[in-house]
Amino acid sequence: MKFFTKTRKLNRSLGGDIMLLVVLLFFGFFSAYPLIMTASNAFKPLDELFLFPPRLFPRNITFDNFRDLSELIGNSWVPFSRYFFNTIFITVVGTIGHVIVASMAAFPLAKYKFPGRAIFFSLVVYSLMFAPQVTATPNYIIISGIGLIDTPSAIILPAIASSLGLYLMKQFMTQIPDDLIESAKIDGASEYRIFFTIVMPLVKPAWLTLIILLFQRLWITDGGSFIFSEEFKPLSYALRQIAQGTIERAGTIAAVAFIMMIVPVTFFIFSQSRIVETFSHSGMK
Amino acid sequence: MKNSEASAARKNKRKLLWTEIKKSKHYYVLMAPFAILFLTFTVLPVIMSLGISFSYFNLLEPPRFVGLDNYIKLFLEDDIFIIALKNTLILAVVTGPISYMMAFLFAWLINELGPKLRSFLTLVFYAPSISGNAFLMWLLIFSGDVHGYANSFLIRFGFVNNPIQWLKDPEYMLLVIIVVQLWLSLGVSFLAFIAGLQSVDKTLYEAGAVDGIRNRWQELWYITLPSMRPQLLFGAVMQITTTLAIAAVSMQLVGFPSVQYAGHTIVTHLIDFGTVRYDLGYASAIATVLFLIMITTNLVVRQVLRKVGK
Repeated sequence: MKFFTKTRKLNRSLGGDIMLLVVLLFFGFFSAYPLIMTASNAFKPLDELFLFPPRLFPRNITFDNFRDLSELIGNSWVPFSRYFFNTIFITVVGTIGHVIVASMAAFPLAKYKFPGRAIFFSLVVYSLMFAPQVTATPNYIIISGIGLIDTPSAIILPAIASSLGLYLMKQFMTQIPDDLIESAKIDGASEYRIFFTIVMPLVKPAWLTLIILLFQRLWITDGGSFIFSEEFKPLSYALRQIAQGTIERAGTIAAVAFIMMIVPVTFFIFSQSRIVETFSHSGMK
Repeated sequence: MKNSEASAARKNKRKLLWTEIKKSKHYYVLMAPFAILFLTFTVLPVIMSLGISFSYFNLLEPPRFVGLDNYIKLFLEDDIFIIALKNTLILAVVTGPISYMMAFLFAWLINELGPKLRSFLTLVFYAPSISGNAFLMWLLIFSGDVHGYANSFLIRFGFVNNPIQWLKDPEYMLLVIIVVQLWLSLGVSFLAFIAGLQSVDKTLYEAGAVDGIRNRWQELWYITLPSMRPQLLFGAVMQITTTLAIAAVSMQLVGFPSVQYAGHTIVTHLIDFGTVRYDLGYASAIATVLFLIMITTNLVVRQVLRKVGK
């Protein structure tokens, strides 16, 4: 039983442990199955795609689906690299902006008392209680009012102020020892210096969490109704046009889904432990 | 003279507040970028949404005040909204609690494992929620012809003779959405539960064993759940907000609009009026109703969860 922690915990039975592992692997299979299929279908030739029972792993690995995809995209009048650049731009600028802006706001909220703090933070908590779709209509009016329609900023600016990121960052910063900040102050450091040189390096785990949460949101954005010019459309939009749901294009759909899936999942694999660490401070009262 | 004394006291208080604000100016500077964007794109829209909901507004002409017309139409004349409301509540009542309990159950079970297997299973359960459009794989699983995985399975083993139109038959649409939504639902709250379980004070378990706690279930109820209350509250908020806003899965799997509106939800109705028909007043009324449903549900559930283990 090397899977289990070495010193057996109290109140545990071997039978219970085995049951537990069986249940977990059973549901784990259900969770992973569509993802494994997505990955393996992306590398399957068309005849293998419709075999039953479906093969979990392709017998003849092929890159045809990716070739078909690039051909389909090559035929569209905006070069594929343009969609790719748009998505990278939106994702990178939005994510970096979010981490910096949300951390800057989280620091005073976590560490100081000042007028307006409680009200502001409770607004943030309330905003977690409704989905962004609620504000979509007025957001459109506001964004077009500022003149941001059909620019990447229409997607980036609202994302930078994502309240979940601020909430998690603030909760995480609360555990930074006050002494650390106090002693820096005695040494004459300004609030800004303290923030950038002491606080920010300490909250790296929380950065990763904010990055993954916003990254996966921006990575799959299709521009919605905010971006209508073809040359500003992101990758997800282009890929969806190609994948327009018929079964004949199952191979291409799989290639598309694989590309969209693999980037955030890979990021999570490498940052998992620190992301989980962040969430231990996510609690609400 | 009492009056002037009171006003002097008030003046003094205001002065104190002002000095405090001045003293905190660096904090406001640090918060400013976020605050400005947050107020512009989150707080202001909620207020605007409420205002616009009392008007007729199509973006081309200036809004015209129509009182409660939009709300009256919504609840008394719009049969499709009632369908959407019903579907949303069914989806929320089924997927909300199940996904919440699933997130906790899996986190709890995973927590018993060694670190390697724990990380692996965390990835397995969390991955669907960050996999972008990978849920489109379910199009293949629930495809309506004999090649769809679900149909070929059912036909091969003789459960049905003819393929089921999973994505077109109103009878099955909600079921499909529920299954896929559950598959997607182990997200942020799941991670919060895993983290919460890891940070429960271990000495509590030892003390509990001394106090006569005999099995896992008692341990769960008397020790684990109460120490995790903050994460449980946070997870509930995340789960409620997501399940009441189900839309993308419905639109991409069963279509928009779906056959007989069987997969229509409040959010797809909102999208219909907001971005297809440009009836922004009406869309805002829908948004306001949804906003109230979400906030109310959250506050009620929060009250209930605060009692866990008490």
